[in-house]
Amino acid sequence: MIKFENVTKAYPDGTVAVDGLNLEAPTGKLTILVGPSGCGKTTSLRMINRLIEPTSGTIYLDDQPTSGMDAALLRRRIGYVIQHAGLFPHKTIVDNVSTMPVLLGESRQKARTKALELMERVGLPASFAKRYPWQLSGGQQQRVGVARALASDPAFMLMDEPFSAVDPVVRGQLQEEFLRLQREIGKTIIMVTHDIDEALKLGDQVAVMRVGGKLAQMASPSELLTSPADEFVADFVGRDRGYRSLGFTKTAGTVAIGEEAVVQLGASADEARAKASGAWVLVVDGGRKPLGWAQPELLNGEVKRENLNLSGIPAAASGTMRQLLDAALSSPSRRGVVVNEHGELIGTVTATDVVKAIEAEPHLETAR
Amino acid sequence: MNYLFDPAHWSGADGIPTLIGEHLLYSLIALAVAAIIAVPLGIYIGVTGKGVFMIAGLANALRALPSVGLLILLVLLISPAFPSRMGYVLPSLIVLVLLAVPPILTNTYAGVRAVDAAAVDAAKGMGFRTMKILTDVQLPCSLPLVLSGIRSALLQIISTATIAAYISLGGLGRLLIDGKAQNDYSQMVAGAILVALLALFFDQLLAFITRRVVSPGLTRRTIKPVPAAEPVKTPVTV
Repeated sequence: MIKFENVTKAYPDGTVAVDGLNLEAPTGKLTILVGPSGCGKTTSLRMINRLIEPTSGTIYLDDQPTSGMDAALLRRRIGYVIQHAGLFPHKTIVDNVSTMPVLLGESRQKARTKALELMERVGLPASFAKRYPWQLSGGQQQRVGVARALASDPAFMLMDEPFSAVDPVVRGQLQEEFLRLQREIGKTIIMVTHDIDEALKLGDQVAVMRVGGKLAQMASPSELLTSPADEFVADFVGRDRGYRSLGFTKTAGTVAIGEEAVVQLGASADEARAKASGAWVLVVDGGRKPLGWAQPELLNGEVKRENLNLSGIPAAASGTMRQLLDAALSSPSRRGVVVNEHGELIGTVTATDVVKAIEAEPHLETAR
Repeated sequence: MNYLFDPAHWSGADGIPTLIGEHLLYSLIALAVAAIIAVPLGIYIGVTGKGVFMIAGLANALRALPSVGLLILLVLLISPAFPSRMGYVLPSLIVLVLLAVPPILTNTYAGVRAVDAAAVDAAKGMGFRTMKILTDVQLPCSLPLVLSGIRSALLQIISTATIAAYISLGGLGRLLIDGKAQNDYSQMVAGAILVALLALFFDQLLAFITRRVVSPGLTRRTIKPVPAAEPVKTPVTV
């Protein structure tokens, strides 16, 4: 557990970065500090491992006040991950990951063995061990950063915008993998981000901070969406809160999935016309994986790849209401494609079906 | 060219090997003194950010120094205090040191400044103490620039050390000064060629050392994996 008790950070010029912060990050949970720039979230994080010293108030690590500890020894108990990974450019990946165990006095050999295990754990091939940081992409470097922080198996981790320097696709992957990892290791983590979507996606609990370093609300992600404490939180959490809260609502078999007639690539225009319902027909490959929608009216000859409209986003049957609704709305036929875990077609849904399911069960089970 | 290939010039108290020896002695002493002054100072300024004005002001001013003029001034000031050859050696060394300090100082400073701030922050956040951050992160990462400063300083020293002969000391400058006095152009050419060769040799030597001691992670050289040693077939003698 990490606890802030009345923590304030004021600078000599009178700027107050953090103002009387009270906050508790429970053991084994991922707590996210989120807020606009200048809200003191990074300052709060850096006060935990005393890279910044609080002006007043106390921070406790498992009920021990950090102020009495040797700063370097305190930091060695806490994993630390930062935005641009901060790898040592002159050391190989395996040596970067070995940093903490070596610092804590383990033999280089043992540390390397442990480092290789950790690399595998965060999804880095062993062939990367002898490479240098510049030879890795931003996303890979960030994985190394996480592995390095985990190498001493610390009970606590601090993460400062760990995923914000990589492109959205890689960010999504890293977030998913990190959630999976955290479910296995159950560290007490405080993470800072400016991205409310990331906070809602990853956090067990989210602390929204406002400019001036005050805590505006501390709540679970779905609670933030459904009952923001005040105007600031409501505004920061953003528009389309109703729609986004659907992202925490599992479909759980409540939506009626309709049958959909399909054609394969290479089918004749006549067959496509016969199977089409309305102006569109769904085209699949030999393994019933949906490829896109075609308009038989516009076909001259057989169904080819270049005839396909690719705007629809298939939703997994096990996904959330938000994904299902988006599948329907993004599809040119307004029928959303639903697939199983192997990506094979189950059927289609309409927005009406999804909305009916939402209205029928106002107290749907939330995703977490 | 004839001068260089005449065996008579390769022996004796003022033979070419002696001159090269003297030349190197002055150069290396000056380089060592300059490095001892400039490297720690550059690190200090780079790490603390104090005294940055020295880099821009002092270092650049020193670069513009007229070496021969300064040499003669220093001889006039210093030689009365030392009755021996020291009165001439010391001014030469001071001039060479003053020439070598700026490139080493500015490069060391720039090297320390250029170390990835995120790497330093990470080291601190993981519980490295100040000294360990310096020895394990800041120094190894700034090494390429420090060494390149030393390399350009040494080049400058070797080519400028010829001026020691101006005040009747040894070194390869002798060939230039004496050749000029005797209108012996082949001697002057020999001197010039030898200085150039010496400079080239040491430049390559330092380049080689740089490659050996700087991490490939910094120079971005791709190191080829060492191929598994193939069994060497030894010819069987019957």
